[in-house]
Amino acid sequence: MTSFDTIIIGAGHNGLVAASTLAAQGRRVVVVEAAAKPGGAAATVEFAPGYRTSGLAHIVNRLAPEVISSLKLDKTRFEGASAPTVVLDRNRGPVVLRGGYGEVVEGVGADEAKAFADMRRKLLRQADILKRFLARRPPRPGDVGFSDMANLGMAGLSLLRGGRDEARDFARMLLMNVSDIVDEYLSDDRLKGLVSFDATLGIQLGPRSPTSLLGLFYRLTGEAAGLAGGQYLPKGGMGTVADALVGAAQKAGVTLRLSSPVKRILTDRGKVSGVELEGGETLEAAVVASAVHPALTLRGLVSPGEVDTELSRALKHMRSNGNVAKLHLALDRVPEFAGVSREDLKGRLVIARSVRHVEEAFNPAKYGEFSPDPVMEITLPSLSDPSLAPSGGCTLSALAQYAPYDLKGGWESGRPQFLEAILDAIETYAPGLRASITASELLVPPDIEARYRMPAGHWHHGELQADQMLLNRPAFAVSGYDTPIEGLYLCSAGSHPGGGISGLPGLNCARHIIARNRS
Amino acid sequence: MKVEKFNDPLARRSHQLHFETLRLDTPFQPRLAELSQTNDWYSWAGYKAPHSLYDEELEYFAIRSTAAVFDISPMTKYRIAGSDAEAFLNRLMIRDVRKLGVGRVHYTAWCDDHGHVLDDGTLFHLGPSEYRLCCQERHLPWLLDSADGFSVEIREETTDIAGLALQGPTSYAVLRNAGFAGVEQLKPFQIAHFPLQGGTVTISRTGFTGDLGYELFVPRALALDLWDRLFTAGAAHGIRAIGYSALNRARIEAGFIVANADFITSETALRGNRLRTPDEIGLEWMVDMEKPNFNGRHAIQIARTKGKLRHVLVGLEIEGNVPPELSLVYHRKKKEAGIVTAAIWSPLAKRNIAIASLERPYGSRISDDLWVEIYALRELQYQKMMKRAKIVPRPFIALPRRTATPPALF
Repeated sequence: MTSFDTIIIGAGHNGLVAASTLAAQGRRVVVVEAAAKPGGAAATVEFAPGYRTSGLAHIVNRLAPEVISSLKLDKTRFEGASAPTVVLDRNRGPVVLRGGYGEVVEGVGADEAKAFADMRRKLLRQADILKRFLARRPPRPGDVGFSDMANLGMAGLSLLRGGRDEARDFARMLLMNVSDIVDEYLSDDRLKGLVSFDATLGIQLGPRSPTSLLGLFYRLTGEAAGLAGGQYLPKGGMGTVADALVGAAQKAGVTLRLSSPVKRILTDRGKVSGVELEGGETLEAAVVASAVHPALTLRGLVSPGEVDTELSRALKHMRSNGNVAKLHLALDRVPEFAGVSREDLKGRLVIARSVRHVEEAFNPAKYGEFSPDPVMEITLPSLSDPSLAPSGGCTLSALAQYAPYDLKGGWESGRPQFLEAILDAIETYAPGLRASITASELLVPPDIEARYRMPAGHWHHGELQADQMLLNRPAFAVSGYDTPIEGLYLCSAGSHPGGGISGLPGLNCARHIIARNRS
Repeated sequence: MKVEKFNDPLARRSHQLHFETLRLDTPFQPRLAELSQTNDWYSWAGYKAPHSLYDEELEYFAIRSTAAVFDISPMTKYRIAGSDAEAFLNRLMIRDVRKLGVGRVHYTAWCDDHGHVLDDGTLFHLGPSEYRLCCQERHLPWLLDSADGFSVEIREETTDIAGLALQGPTSYAVLRNAGFAGVEQLKPFQIAHFPLQGGTVTISRTGFTGDLGYELFVPRALALDLWDRLFTAGAAHGIRAIGYSALNRARIEAGFIVANADFITSETALRGNRLRTPDEIGLEWMVDMEKPNFNGRHAIQIARTKGKLRHVLVGLEIEGNVPPELSLVYHRKKKEAGIVTAAIWSPLAKRNIAIASLERPYGSRISDDLWVEIYALRELQYQKMMKRAKIVPRPFIALPRRTATPPALF
């Protein structure tokens, strides 16, 4: 039997990144994955015969350059063309944003385009200050080293680089709501709706909720294809990103064990000793890094009593209920969206008419009801990669919210109703689309939970809000990737910096483990 | 709790009448009230309890010379039962609960995640998978949160269970005379159950005095029957009801600490530097690093290895006969080294004794040249004294009768 010194739980993108990084340092690493395929939420799935699409995340907009370079990923295998964002509007026609988050905006007047450019410049500059905190361990009080101080200093310097007014404005805006900011800059409801949607996608906030601008900052800290705020649809679906990560892991010598769900993490007197698989087999290792949800790790896989009461309580109260649904449609022809060119259909289509629309979509979610008039982003992946649909057909992939995990009345009856609401909305912009549907699949948060083993179906493994970020992600006591259990580390999206296909939690955690074992 | 009943303000008020009784009566209050000559009451966890009943000195000597009865009903009591009760308590307590056999009691303490002591108390292993926890503070939310993932039922039974401490050399004679046959077989920290008026009295050979003694627990309804039975049986053995002042003297002699007197429990402390690990209040002997994980283990380990223990609890013997209550402790009469948390002139040890919390290295590395500063208020003038203090082991007294089994009939 081969022996390992490091076990990674979960072959999602963060688990794979952590595994590769550790193996590259000479560690003997095994990744244990519950599913039969690696990739986790970064997978390509066939949801109807001949129709394939990204299983959950469908746009690459924050895969970290540090991850690509340190793992030497071959970008050509998955990187698609920079995709535009198209804000749909029945009356006035769409607004199209090109380049990194609308370097060029089409469909609005010159004044509005300039206003957007001003806002974009401001937000990107501020996001750039926050960005430097992502690819490193959050600074922990009492454990701040020289590089932390240097980084804080650099953040301070770049804050002041634009002058005191810019620094003051950063402090003013950081915890504001997105609605007030778009009102400050913009007048066009289509742009305001888009920005509100982007700030709140995957977060249990409406655009008028305090701190909702943070979601937009987080989005803008991401970059794709070399563009800050950029995005592309991965060739062949998100599974190709996972394939690239699996390839890197295998090259680094990582052993991948699929269909091997972990039953429990073995600990004794505050020290990890390995994992026990559902099949009864025990794998021993002095280091275990968990790329599954932090609460599942420390309250589910670790025996009760091994984690102290306050930490267990903090993780229990971590807000982590999913609110986004994933829709897959198999269409027998390419749909037409009024006013959108065939080329732009390869981009991201957003239905968010105004701030008010997004806010009103959020309102029912506060009371456990889904949005009757949902907001969403739609992609047609097979237009960029025809292999994803049978010839002549088209694959549609959409993220729709709000779809609260704990739906009043339950999702059994709610699912078909929410599907109808989504299809009604799409039909408004693409008349005749309904008639072209040959198969559909709607994954609401409980489905996402069951399929991807993400507790409560939250793809960020915990709300990405001010109180659950940085040194409070996932909880203060475990925000530096290590846990009170010696040798057990957290490397999922539930750790800093958070969710999205970035690979940073995995990378940061692996680097921390390396540094820890070196010292 | 139903929400509806709170919609009507009148109904709501009728459920909040606790404010009309600022101090609750214990089940023994009718007897205590009859005996109280000093009318000297205080509030113990919301209950009316006697400081003294007739004479503090004589009450103290009842503990040491005959038999003293102290009402411990206000003590917070939890019943913990279920198949995971042992495992749950073991994650909670710093001692190894697996070593506590059925029918045994041990003194224990529990900590929060940071290794700070939440409280100390006594754990009674009443039966298979059944325990009673007695302590000073209330802990139900902590206990329930800690029980997450364990199959265990936790119920507060403070008001349902009446308790008496019967302490002193003739306490066994009183019990024997009261008809509790077989009680002589009880070894220290052992529990037995006896019939009483169709119910059961649980008797343990435990106490807070360092003397021969027992603690008796009964359902509330049997409280007065128990009291009357003891006082009838004890009439010829000098049985006396006592108040807390007398007990406090005895417990200082025995070297026992009291939560929120000798240390501040971590949930009541308002100031960060008042928190204490077990090692800082003399409970390091309880901490079992060999047992499975327990709350605070990681933090205590770090505090120990990184030398983050700031305080130490010591016994002091002070020259002279003035007890230095709450006095400051100095090193070389100059440098402040700590505070005295409890002090008496011990009639039994014939020494001036104290319990003090010192700031390390005083009390750990540096233990010589310690002094206490006593301010004695004498007719509107403080007389300031600097008295030499010597660190001595606790307990300050050791009575063979405390552990002799069977106990002697005095």
